[in-house]
Amino acid sequence: MTALLSRMSRIKTGPHGENLGLLAMLGLLVLLFSLASPRFLTGANLGSMGFQMPLLGLLTLAMLAPILSGGLNLAIVFTANICGLTLAWTIMQFGGAEAGIGAFILGCALALLVGALAGAAMGAVVAYVGAHPILVSLAMMIFLRGLGEFLTRGGDISGFPDYMRVLGHGSLIGIPVPLILFGLIALGWHVLLRRTPHGFSVYMTGSNMRAAEYAGLNAKRTLVLIYMLSGVLCAIAGILMAARFNSVRVGHGEAMLLITVLACFLGGIDPFGGHGRVAPVIIALVILQVLSSGLNLIGANQHLATAVWGLFLIAVMVLRSGRLRRLIDVFSGKDK
Amino acid sequence: MTPAPAEQFALRLHKVSKAFGGVQALNQVDFEVRAGEVHCLAGENGCGKSTLIKVVTGVHQPEQAGLIELFGEAVDRITPVQARQRGVSVIWQDLALFPHMSVAENIAFDDLVGLRPQSVRYREMVERSGEVLSRLGVTMDLAAPLNDLPIAQRQVVAIARALMNDARLIFMDEPTASLTQSETDRLLDIVRKLSAAGVAIVFVSHRLAEVLDIAERVTVVRDGNLVGVYPTEGMTQARLGELMTGHLIEHEVVARDLPDADVVFEAKGLSRQGEFADVSFDIRAGEVLGLTGLIGAGRTELAHVMMGLRPADTGEMRLEGASYRPGSIRDAIKRGLAYVSEDRLSLGLLQKQSIADNTVISILQKLTTATGLISDRDKAATVNHWIRELGVKIGSPEDAISTLSGGNQQKVVLAKWLATEPRLLILDSPTVGVDVGARAGIFRIVRTLAEEGLAILLISDEVTEVMYHSDRILHMADGRIRQTYDPRDITVPQLEERIYA
Repeated sequence: MTALLSRMSRIKTGPHGENLGLLAMLGLLVLLFSLASPRFLTGANLGSMGFQMPLLGLLTLAMLAPILSGGLNLAIVFTANICGLTLAWTIMQFGGAEAGIGAFILGCALALLVGALAGAAMGAVVAYVGAHPILVSLAMMIFLRGLGEFLTRGGDISGFPDYMRVLGHGSLIGIPVPLILFGLIALGWHVLLRRTPHGFSVYMTGSNMRAAEYAGLNAKRTLVLIYMLSGVLCAIAGILMAARFNSVRVGHGEAMLLITVLACFLGGIDPFGGHGRVAPVIIALVILQVLSSGLNLIGANQHLATAVWGLFLIAVMVLRSGRLRRLIDVFSGKDK
Repeated sequence: MTPAPAEQFALRLHKVSKAFGGVQALNQVDFEVRAGEVHCLAGENGCGKSTLIKVVTGVHQPEQAGLIELFGEAVDRITPVQARQRGVSVIWQDLALFPHMSVAENIAFDDLVGLRPQSVRYREMVERSGEVLSRLGVTMDLAAPLNDLPIAQRQVVAIARALMNDARLIFMDEPTASLTQSETDRLLDIVRKLSAAGVAIVFVSHRLAEVLDIAERVTVVRDGNLVGVYPTEGMTQARLGELMTGHLIEHEVVARDLPDADVVFEAKGLSRQGEFADVSFDIRAGEVLGLTGLIGAGRTELAHVMMGLRPADTGEMRLEGASYRPGSIRDAIKRGLAYVSEDRLSLGLLQKQSIADNTVISILQKLTTATGLISDRDKAATVNHWIRELGVKIGSPEDAISTLSGGNQQKVVLAKWLATEPRLLILDSPTVGVDVGARAGIFRIVRTLAEEGLAILLISDEVTEVMYHSDRILHMADGRIRQTYDPRDITVPQLEERIYA
C-alpha cells in the first residue's frame, strides 16, 4: 500500500510518472468496483460508459486548450448548445425528421462555423483588448445563454432524422461511435498541441505572453486561434448532444462545465497555463466515469457520485503536494 | 540613532559548516563583521554567500562545532525571530515587502503583527515611520502604496523597516542590481550614514566597483570555502575578480578598426517623441558597437524601435543597404535582427519552460517539416548543438530554464538568437545578474561572434563593460547621441566622468 501511495504521490514528477500514477488509481478503482459489483466488468456497463464519456470528454478538451494558453473558457456548454440549435434549426428548415443527409451536413457545417465564430470572438477580446479570460468567457456564456433562451423561448427542439441516432447511439465493430469520434479528436488534439508550431505557441503564450512575443511568436494570433478551435470542439460536442438526446435545449449539460475544469486539474494541467498534456486528462476522464458508473452500479445515489468526484480531486491535490511523499518516507523509515 | 555598541564585533563566525545532501555549502568558514563597519561579502553565485546569511539569521542551523557570536554573545540554535530581536536584519534582493500596503504600514509591519490583539494606532505608526525615514535623510509620501514607488525607494523602505526593528547588523543582498547610477549613489550615501551611526552593514554585490567604493573590508568566499579577508584599500577590481573566480580575468581594450567591413545597419535622424531624438549611427559587420549612458537615456527605447516593438516618429533605418521599417518584432527577426532583452527573468526567457523549448522558440518554422509537425530529431539536434557550442552547463534539456544559473540562462538566450542566424545582435545589459566568472564567458562568446562577422550592438550602463568589449563607444544622454569614442583613446575614469557629469 505504501508503495502504491508513494507511486501515486509521484504523479507530478514527469509525463510518465503522471500517467502511471493516474493509471494506478484507475486500476485500483476498477478492482474495487469489480469486487463490489459483478456487473461492473460486463460489456453492457463498459458500453454505456463508452457512450457517456465522449460528451464530457469533448467539452473537457475544449476547456483544456484555453487553460494551457493561460486562460479559461466558461462558455463551452452554451457554445455547444447554440451550435446544437444551429444544427436543429437547419434540420427543421428542411423538414425535421424527414430532412435528408444533405441538410444534416449543412447543419453541421453551420454549427461548426458558429462555434468557431463564438470562440474567435472570445479569443480576439482576450488577445487584443487584454481582458481577463474569465470575464470574457463569462460574458460570452451569459450572452449565448440569453440568446438561446430567447430564440427557443426556453423550450426544446426535437424530432431529428433517424440516421442521427447512429452518431449518438451506434456502434462500429462493437465500439460506440461517440467513443471513436472522441478518440480521433483526442489524438488530433494531442498532435496539435504537442507537435505543431501552433501548439508550441499555446504552451509558451500560456507560460508568459510577453516573453513569447519578445521571442517572435505571434501570441495574439495564437490566442484567437486556440479559442476558435475550442469553439469548434464545443460545436462537435453540441452536434453529439443533439444526436444522443434527439433534442436540443439551452442548458443541456450545464452541470458538466465545472466537471471539465475538474478533469483538467485531475489530469495535471497547470491552472496558471503553460504545462499539461492530453493523455493524463483522458485517463482522468476515465477515472471520473468509472467512479460515477461504479457508484451507480452499487446502488449509490447519482448526487453522491458528484460529491465523491469533489473529494477525489481534493485527495489528488494532497497526494500531489510533496508533503505526503515526505510523510510516507517518514513512516516507512526512509527518512533520517 | 542607536548608540555605538560597546562590543567590538557585530558578528563573529568561527569554523561554521553547513551541508545540504552531499553538497558542502559552507566549509569551516570564519567571518567577522566589526560594529559599524561596511563589510562586503563577495563570491560567485552558489559560492555559499546566501547560506552564510541564512545561518546567521537562523533560517539554517549550522552543523555541530561551529561558533556564532552576535554582538559579543555566543548564540546557539537561533531562530529568525530571535535573530531579528537581537538586531539582525536581512534585506533580500526581492525585498519581501507588501506591495499593496502603504509605505508606513510596510515600515511598521513587524510592530503591527504582534501576538497580542490590539488595534492599530495609525497616527503613531505614521509618526514613527516618518521619523525613521528622516533619520535616513529621506522624505516620502507615507500613505502611498508601495506599488507606486520606484524600486530604489522600495529599497529605502526596506532599510527603514530594518531600522524600525532597531537593527544593528543589516545584510543587503544585491541592493543595487536594479538601480540606476544616481539611485545607487544615493543608496550608498544612506549606507554610509548608517555605518556612521554604528550600524554594521554586510553588502553583497556583483558590481565590484561599488564594492570597492563602499566597503572597508571584503571577505571572499569560493565554493563554500573562505578565500580570505582583505582591506579594500589598494584592492583592484581585477584582483577581486580573480580572488572570486580563482582565475585571472583579463581586462584589456580589444578595439580594432574595420575600414573594409560592410555597413550592416544604419540609422539616420531617428526620433521618437519623448524617448530619443535625431539618433544617427552605423554598425559594420564584425563590429561590437558599445552604447552607454545613464538609465533613462533612451538606449532600450532605441533598441525597441530597431526591433519593431514600437515605431519611430521620424528618421530612417537601413539594413544591408535596403530600407528597413519593421512593423513587428517578427519582421525584425525575419530581417536578421536579434534582441537579448535586459529583463531576462520576465521577457528574455520563459522561466517555467524547458531549456530545449527556450532554445528553439524563435526558429519553430525551420524545425517544421512538410507535414506541419515539428521534427523532434531536428529540435534535439539544434538544442544539443548550441548547448555544446556555447558551453551551457545543464542536466537535461528538458529541465526548466529556471534551474540554471544566471550566466547559463543568458547563454541559452544567446543560443536562441544565434539559432535564428542573425546579422545584427542587440545585447541589452547582457550581464545583469550574471556573476564575474560567467560574464567573462559571455564576452568570450561575443568576441568570437564578432570575429565571425556578426554586427553587435552592446548596450550597457557599466562603463568597464563597453570599454573592454567594444570597438567603438556611443555615449547617449537625454535621448541624443552625445559623442563617439574609440576605447583606445580614452580611459575608464575619463569616460565615467563624461557620463556621470
